[in-house]
Amino acid sequence: MALQFEVVGRFNRARASKLTLPHYVVQTPMFMPVGTQGTIKGLTNSQLEDIGCQIILGNTYHLALRPGAELIDELGGLHKFMNWKRGLLTDSGGFQMVSLLHLADITEEGVTFQSPVDGKPMLLTPEESIQIQNKIGADIIMALDDVVRTTITGPRIEEAMYRTLRWMDRCIAAHKRPDAQNLFGIVQGGLDPVLRDICVRGLVERNLPGYAIGGLAGGEDKDSFWRVVAQCTAALPEDKPRYVMGVGYPLDIVVCSALGADMYDCVYPTRTARFGTALVPEGVLKLKHNAMASDERPIVSTCSCMVCKNYTRAYIHSLVTRDAMGSQLLSYHNLSYMMRLSKDLHMSIVEGRFPEYVRGFLRTQFPKGDVPQWVCNAMEVAGIDISSCCAPVPV
Amino acid sequence: MHVQAAKTVSHILHNCRQSENSYPRSYPPKTLLPFLTPPKTPTLSFRLASAPIKTREPNTNKTKSKVSIQVRLMRFVVTKPSAGAGAAGKARLGALYLGGGGAAPPIETPALVVPTRRGLPSFISRDLLDRLPYPDSLLLHLCPIHFIECPSTRTIKNIGGVHEMVGLQDHFFIASPGDSVESLPEHGGTNKIGAAFETPSGRRLINPKDYMDIISSTRPNLWASLADEVPAWVTEKRNRLSIDRTLKWLDDCLSLDQEKGASTLGAVVGGPNIEHRKKCATEVSMRNVSGFYLGGFGLGESIEERSALLNAVTNILPEEKIRFVSRLGLPEEVLQGVAAGIDLFDSTYIYHLTLGGFALVFPLDILGEAPEALLRNSSNDYTKINLHATIYRKDTSPIVDKCSCYTCQNHTRAYLNHLLNVHEMLAQILLEIHNTHHYLGFFRSIRRALKQEKFELFRERFMESRRVHLMEAVPYS
Repeated sequence: MALQFEVVGRFNRARASKLTLPHYVVQTPMFMPVGTQGTIKGLTNSQLEDIGCQIILGNTYHLALRPGAELIDELGGLHKFMNWKRGLLTDSGGFQMVSLLHLADITEEGVTFQSPVDGKPMLLTPEESIQIQNKIGADIIMALDDVVRTTITGPRIEEAMYRTLRWMDRCIAAHKRPDAQNLFGIVQGGLDPVLRDICVRGLVERNLPGYAIGGLAGGEDKDSFWRVVAQCTAALPEDKPRYVMGVGYPLDIVVCSALGADMYDCVYPTRTARFGTALVPEGVLKLKHNAMASDERPIVSTCSCMVCKNYTRAYIHSLVTRDAMGSQLLSYHNLSYMMRLSKDLHMSIVEGRFPEYVRGFLRTQFPKGDVPQWVCNAMEVAGIDISSCCAPVPV
Repeated sequence: MHVQAAKTVSHILHNCRQSENSYPRSYPPKTLLPFLTPPKTPTLSFRLASAPIKTREPNTNKTKSKVSIQVRLMRFVVTKPSAGAGAAGKARLGALYLGGGGAAPPIETPALVVPTRRGLPSFISRDLLDRLPYPDSLLLHLCPIHFIECPSTRTIKNIGGVHEMVGLQDHFFIASPGDSVESLPEHGGTNKIGAAFETPSGRRLINPKDYMDIISSTRPNLWASLADEVPAWVTEKRNRLSIDRTLKWLDDCLSLDQEKGASTLGAVVGGPNIEHRKKCATEVSMRNVSGFYLGGFGLGESIEERSALLNAVTNILPEEKIRFVSRLGLPEEVLQGVAAGIDLFDSTYIYHLTLGGFALVFPLDILGEAPEALLRNSSNDYTKINLHATIYRKDTSPIVDKCSCYTCQNHTRAYLNHLLNVHEMLAQILLEIHNTHHYLGFFRSIRRALKQEKFELFRERFMESRRVHLMEAVPYS
């Protein structure tokens, strides 16, 4: 185990923590931007540090292809290669292979697929995934899991869950650097509470440094989504970090934090920036829209990021879809926004005003009081009273 | 006198303020801190300044504390006149001051005007721009054609001009029509109504009035008048027509100019014809302009004929006014321009290098290095390296040893090679930073050589080393 997890604030199930990793001390709840190929698209390390980024994700699949795990190892690990001084997390590579490659086939041995480079059949086993991640050298590494989409039903889900547990043991055995890298297990089991429970208990038995809730954020309905998160966070140990993979939208992060999750990752903020969409407290702002052409306000008037302090919507509108600078500036703002959200969640829990924060957040996103039912249900379980947000606002 | 100055300044402010609601609505109201100095020359040259600029700290999250309305006039002074004789006889040193001088350090010339798209460099955002050499990197190019579609001139005015709009209040913008990348002058489409440009959204025609609308709303520090720039192969008749048009448009622009030429660079054209060039230069010199924009270069004339054309023009232009030329981007072309007495160059050399994955590596201390030392480079092209090449896969050295740019201080050739291979935008950002830094360094070397009166030697040495690599590429010569 190469981390220390200290809870520094609570409200019911929600918790704020200080997580000490080999390269950095992070505060949770925390959003981790995805730096697929060893870089966050369009931002330099100095800019990421300026906006308060704590951990970046690297994708094992992409990095193993280019520049290659051997090369990264030879040059001293991904931290040194990128010159990133804070935290790094790598996923196992499994998700990319299953989602990107049509001819992927999952067997007990591992995931077989056609190499995109030369078409040769390749096999990613749990052992190989861990080996690659050992070479890359991130603070947190993920076990190879058998991922199935939550929209699938049937015996495949059960098969995947049990296989995930078996692969977990193989990952643990293959992990050569437990003193420097934290191997997280991933809870699978689709939307079935029984399967999820078995998986949680199986992983907890293995006494891992941290746990992830996987297999979500793939198109399932929100009501099922939050129930799975709630069930897992209730069953996972209190003194270890919990990472909901692939989440996501600010609303989802607030809800999951209220239910007791700590870490999140998603391509959404940076990807939506490249399509000209900015994250704002009310939801999203589409900068490409013609109305933006003469809007002289900043993207978010309360945002203190470099973009909102210096640029108007009108100017950004003229850049998006025309110049690379447009997507750079929007990525900068969107990630600042997510970092600010993380910080606000952490501080509001620490300072004992988490429910007020949640209510303020919901009121801003749903000014007409039309908070979705799934959020109301989730907040009830989380023990946060949001009735004042749900009532229709008097005109 | 104090009272009189106050009255005049508020009079200026009143005229400059385009509407009552010129501040963006959501910002807090700003306080105006004018320093009132009595006018030094009969024409307008007031300085409205806030805190003097001393250090360059990264400016990422600072609130805008500068006034949004300033009279940003620039003053040019020749600090070391041309020697007059010799191959580089016309080269000279100068300095550009903002407003009445004093607060900001002057920009020394010959200088590079960093190209921009809509006011910002292609890839370097304002917080990274802060880390480039100071004050050299304060000089930016502005292409009014970029603003033909959006934002509208009304919106730009409301925001307060280009400096406010792009968050670069401390920088200087020099405007000329067209840029060499995406707004190219199209002489075939130009007619008596206006000048045509090929842009990403098709061919656009712009007349002097629309051009001045953009100029008056963006308010660059210096701007060139609208010109009919023709390439080297047009007929004499077409060439003569381009001169007549350019002069007419200069007069049109001046008549629409609120500052009456105080920030205007009169455009001098004339294509490949020396007599025409001379005639145009003479005519433009007679107008009330602050400097000159030598148009129509870099459009097909050979590097050999260009020298004569440049010199024909600069021989006639008044010594004390600034000269700006576009599209002389390569180092050799810059040296040629400097020798002919040009002060400002806008160059897209950096942009093309960056897009191609090239990084400049030539040693900047050209006078200090022994000639043999200049040839030390693995790819035999001592000017630049192509970071796509596989030899850089594991190269953990910076692009240029001891280069103080952000890229070289933080990243390796291996990382850049990887970024290029996976088509990540960060590659272009890092390369543009380094290449801009390096090219600004080249201009510094030029100025240093001029100060030491060794410019001709500098130019010779530089050209020699470039030629050597070409000769090495040809086995039999």
